[in-house]
Amino acid sequence: MEKVFINSIGSISAQKTFDNNDFLEEITTYEDNVISAIEPNYKDFIPPAAARRMAKGIKMGVVAAKIAIEEANLTNVDAIITGTGMGCVRDSEKFVTAILDNQEQFLTPTSFIQSTHNTVAGQIALGIGCKGYNFTYVHSSVSFESALLDALMQLQTKEAENILIGGVDESGEHTNAIHKLIHHIKPEKINSNKLLQSNTEGAVFGEGANFFVLSNNKQNSSYAQILGVKTFNTLPQSELATNLEEFLKNNNLSVDDIDVLISGNNGDLNFDNYYLELSKGLFKNTQQVYYKHLSGEFNTASSFGFWVGAKILKSQHIPSEITLNTIKSKGFGTVLLYNQYRGKNHSFTLLRQC
Amino acid sequence: MSKGVAITGMGIISAIGNNVAENYRSLIAGRTGISQISKIDTLHKDSIMVGEIEFTNRELEGKLGLSPNNNYSRTALLGAIAAKEAIADAKILDIKAYRTGIISSTSVGGMDMTEKYYYDYLESGDNRRYIEGHHAGDSTEKIAEQLGIDQSLVTTISTACSSAANAIMFGARLIKTGQLDRVIVGGADCLSKFTINGFKTLMILSDTHSTPFDENRKGLNLGEAAAYLVLESEMLVKKENKKVLGYVAGYGNANDAFHQTASSENGDGATLSMEKALTVAGLKPKDIDYINAHGTATGNNDLSEGRAIIRVFGKEVPEFSSTKAFTGHTLAAAGAIEAVYAILSLQNNIIYPNLNFKTPMKEFTLIPETTLKEKVLNTVLSNSLGFGGNCSTLIFSKNP
Repeated sequence: MEKVFINSIGSISAQKTFDNNDFLEEITTYEDNVISAIEPNYKDFIPPAAARRMAKGIKMGVVAAKIAIEEANLTNVDAIITGTGMGCVRDSEKFVTAILDNQEQFLTPTSFIQSTHNTVAGQIALGIGCKGYNFTYVHSSVSFESALLDALMQLQTKEAENILIGGVDESGEHTNAIHKLIHHIKPEKINSNKLLQSNTEGAVFGEGANFFVLSNNKQNSSYAQILGVKTFNTLPQSELATNLEEFLKNNNLSVDDIDVLISGNNGDLNFDNYYLELSKGLFKNTQQVYYKHLSGEFNTASSFGFWVGAKILKSQHIPSEITLNTIKSKGFGTVLLYNQYRGKNHSFTLLRQC
Repeated sequence: MSKGVAITGMGIISAIGNNVAENYRSLIAGRTGISQISKIDTLHKDSIMVGEIEFTNRELEGKLGLSPNNNYSRTALLGAIAAKEAIADAKILDIKAYRTGIISSTSVGGMDMTEKYYYDYLESGDNRRYIEGHHAGDSTEKIAEQLGIDQSLVTTISTACSSAANAIMFGARLIKTGQLDRVIVGGADCLSKFTINGFKTLMILSDTHSTPFDENRKGLNLGEAAAYLVLESEMLVKKENKKVLGYVAGYGNANDAFHQTASSENGDGATLSMEKALTVAGLKPKDIDYINAHGTATGNNDLSEGRAIIRVFGKEVPEFSSTKAFTGHTLAAAGAIEAVYAILSLQNNIIYPNLNFKTPMKEFTLIPETTLKEKVLNTVLSNSLGFGGNCSTLIFSKNP
């Protein structure tokens, strides 16, 4: 099987991450329960006329993809595979609102077209003229990992050489309002540094786009090697450790080989216990990192975690704002990511320094 | 070339039948499921025709034995019914005996409930349980739960009208690469005001029965449906001595990269996806015995797909037909619906009629089969083409 590398990255998040030379040097702290992406000047990347028509999710996705493709020193890729939990949800909201408010009259197609989940992958293909494989996974918190698994399979078997993958979700007003009502969003505005001490239910919702070029050719720009990814629709807390050890064993690794655990904690009183199971159990002597206080929670927030992992391995540096404990590894060789949302759709991802 | 992936079970619910046997009976009787819409109170009810499933949500909930306070969207209800039939057909008694996953697909997801309770959610707590049922992965999670699939690979694909074909493709690759021993693949989509109005704004809905590949075609009929296949590894098939219904022999996916909703005039994407599928199957165009075309009856699709077929098959285009005039265009589910029909074609050596065809298109000489035809079939090629330039082709075969 061919080795697979992360050759480039492109990120738009609630932090200023669109400049690849920077690794969270300047942190934006929030006091809120819904946070927005810090957007680049889109005009630097897309013609203004095109940008005006695009939904925020499309703009974030297209630009993050563009940054990644450029850093990989490519103009095209063999395949585009995206993950999105909700697609361009603002356009879904706009179209539903228009149907209801105008009794199915006077509708225009733009928001319907943009609401389809594959619109970002389609727009990226259109932008770079990529006629290759084009897939979109839409399965809650494993949307990005499904895209990753698909790409990994194709690169390991040499069906493709360069694949663009990405996770993208935008935040929508109505969606946020109703998720507050069912307590998936925290009732209180909270300082991002205190997210894990909230002791309340729900998460701080966010948005963003994180794209990567994966390849079976290592090059100067490469960030890390991807060893494996595994997803589970359900996983009782009592079986988390066993399944994780088995995953590591299948990759010829053990807990001691992991230098950094990147955890998807979102401060939800009801579900962070999964993360505690690992941080206080198997990995209590391992350096730990978290990131959702910086990105917010969204279906593809784990793609931001993946970005953090890639950055750590390339820079061999961990910014103090993302450390979860005081343990310091001597070097960062192997990184494990664990994520789940509301106790479902769990994923393990393994990265190695290259 | 590597061997095809075995199909050991299938299940379906559509406007022409509530299971595989009923669907087949309607297909060979030439009986369409297209009618006026009855279950959604839409302004457009007199100006569109749809492929609607006869059961109400309440009836479907009853069949699944769900409690009255369940939060199943109609997509999830239809999906669960079809997936259960597929599992029974594959005679799976212990789903946990092998590494089993599910790859489903949908475009509508839980939008039917969202559009119903959109403002109500803000005012009252009565229906808020459906909020969690909105996202596209929810119906898949529910189907997994209904089938007893846990701690496993469960995911959802949404690539508009090619979604289920892509779910079948990804599932076949998961079996080939040994990630899973068994995978349930397919898709589900219910009708909703959202899609009806969406397609209406694109002005591609016919006000009467759709007429695929006809010069005077006026657009598509929307439909609702769900269908699933069970794919099993060679090891499992041998070990359990499973009856194999057919094989996924080839698959190809390409992007038209032409326009967000329209297909390119020359069908670049569809040409590429058919060529890729033939390569994966190790077949030449002359080896294809029947094409179940995407054939939505929109002006754009049938021209683009027809040209792509000519580009791939040249002067020797095999018999082809679209079954959309039976079921309506069932969007994300279409690829799975037509996969079931392709397997039934192979099993029965039958080519279905392309209903409502009268006048050949002026751009080319392609003429679909208009009557039921018997022919020894070893391979069937099935196209699914969608928004966002997504083009997918599957090739099914009788033999591995």
